[in-house]
Amino acid sequence: MSEYIEHDSDGVTVGQVEKKYFTFAEPPHEMELESGARFGPITIAYETYGTLDADKENVILILHALTGDSHAAGYYRTEDPKPGWWEIMIGPGKGIDTDKYFVICSNIFGSCMGSTGPSELNPKTGRPYGLDFPVVTTGDMVRAQKALLDYLGIEKILSVVGGSIGGMQVLEWCARYPEMVVSAIPLATTTRHSALAIAFNEVARQSIMADPNWNNGNYYSGSRPNLGLAVARMIGHITYLSDESMRLKFGRRLQDKNDFSFNFDADFQVESYLRYQGKIFVDRFDANSFLYITKAADYFDLGKQHGAGRIVKAFSKTRAKFLVVSFTSDWLYPTYQSRAMVKAMKKNGLDVSFCEIVAEWGHDAFLLSSDRLTNLMQGFLSRIYSENRS
Amino acid sequence: MRFDLQMIASWIDPAARVLDLGCGEGELLHYLKTNKQVTGTGIERDEKKVSRCIEKGLTVLQGDINEEIHDYPDNTFDYVILSRTLQQVYAPALLIHSLLRVGRKGIVSFPNFSHWKIRMQLLLTGYAPLTRQLPYEWYDTPNIRVITLKDFRKFVWQVGFHIVKEAAINTDVQDKRGRIVNVCQNLFATYGIFMVGKDEE
Repeated sequence: MSEYIEHDSDGVTVGQVEKKYFTFAEPPHEMELESGARFGPITIAYETYGTLDADKENVILILHALTGDSHAAGYYRTEDPKPGWWEIMIGPGKGIDTDKYFVICSNIFGSCMGSTGPSELNPKTGRPYGLDFPVVTTGDMVRAQKALLDYLGIEKILSVVGGSIGGMQVLEWCARYPEMVVSAIPLATTTRHSALAIAFNEVARQSIMADPNWNNGNYYSGSRPNLGLAVARMIGHITYLSDESMRLKFGRRLQDKNDFSFNFDADFQVESYLRYQGKIFVDRFDANSFLYITKAADYFDLGKQHGAGRIVKAFSKTRAKFLVVSFTSDWLYPTYQSRAMVKAMKKNGLDVSFCEIVAEWGHDAFLLSSDRLTNLMQGFLSRIYSENRS
Repeated sequence: MRFDLQMIASWIDPAARVLDLGCGEGELLHYLKTNKQVTGTGIERDEKKVSRCIEKGLTVLQGDINEEIHDYPDNTFDYVILSRTLQQVYAPALLIHSLLRVGRKGIVSFPNFSHWKIRMQLLLTGYAPLTRQLPYEWYDTPNIRVITLKDFRKFVWQVGFHIVKEAAINTDVQDKRGRIVNVCQNLFATYGIFMVGKDEE
């Protein structure tokens, strides 16, 4: 997602922010994971923007996607080249208005951007966990976020917001802690991965695991599986775009040349783009975290987990008011998947709004600057804010 | 607000649960929410209109009314409104049954095809009529049903429901003003509004 991180065109920003850490589940009080394993200690990196009201009724929890982090908005230092990943949406007067709301974003459990994950040191061995790290689920991630909110003294969330894998966490929050969640905005997401989505994830994982440097996840003292991880990222980027967006963005244009090279260099712009995205990704992301998070996303099945296989039953547990948004050209989480969750919400008599935004940019559309999405979020959130107060 | 919507709004009890099929930019729902504390939901096909509604703070779903209505449990709503849309519906009998399955009452409005101006046009010119309320040529009209007030009364009886109340009105397409027609309604009303109920109630 980092390729889209951009400065707000009007220069509006939450300004300087700080990454903070919270550690819990210290032995012997480890967290029992869904897999049955017990694990601790767990550190969660998080950031907050805006001011918490005295009555704590203005909390918005942002849940990031596969490769995101806690840095959703603002700058750590003034010289930072790029702001947080959702700078265009979060800030004073923006879709998620930090003059009004207190925004929390944490890095997911299992990631590598400050929270405990496979690349962190195992206190028992003094070496990185690698594959000794337990398989975590979306439910485990959400339970870790709940621990953070407990620590911050927050009992009620005005809205949980997230796209893609972040959207799955949104749904998990609604089913797992219904009494805490006033409203929810799942964007470009699904109640469970299609075979297509699992297939892409599996090819990406195979690419990492086929890299000899991967060494069964035990690579932290030597060369990293950068080639495998880069290819995994390239596959990811294809799924985040669409036929139309690739046609518009690249077509068959050549990169810095007028004719074919007649070798295997990157001739086409699309090749060059994917290679570049793969290359910059390995500097900021851990291959094992990629394996763990994609696996958690593939395992996620809201109906199975919370409704004995039926999503209508799963949503019967939820009480939130929903704004569901999909994008026309998203082939990774197509609109029919959003419609299926909307249908289940309606069958439960839940308050749900749904909009399929016309966008040519594929799955990535939820991260791009869009007045339509900004206005939808703004309108929905201010309604929830005032209904919650009345 | 448009005169016909004012009429509909006047029929809705405060704090009722309302479903507005084809809610457009949510003018009626917004009025009902603000002035009558109604819990409202709208269904609208057009993405731009849906987003305008949500921006205003309304609960609205993007989709086809004929499909979307099926998901609601029985009697979810006190009123289900179908405003100026019946003439575009492919299967009106099916839809009206759905209206009265998910709602206790249905409120249906449509342009009256037996207005005297329409009759005169056909009689005197021989061309398919064009009016401000029905402004389309025969080849580009979305209005696939020709309905008159008398036809609708017969239809309601035929599909097994009854008319709770009705208003024949004379108003223009976007007019905020209008009047109720009491004499020769089928001849002088530009629109008819009907509240339809189930026999058991």
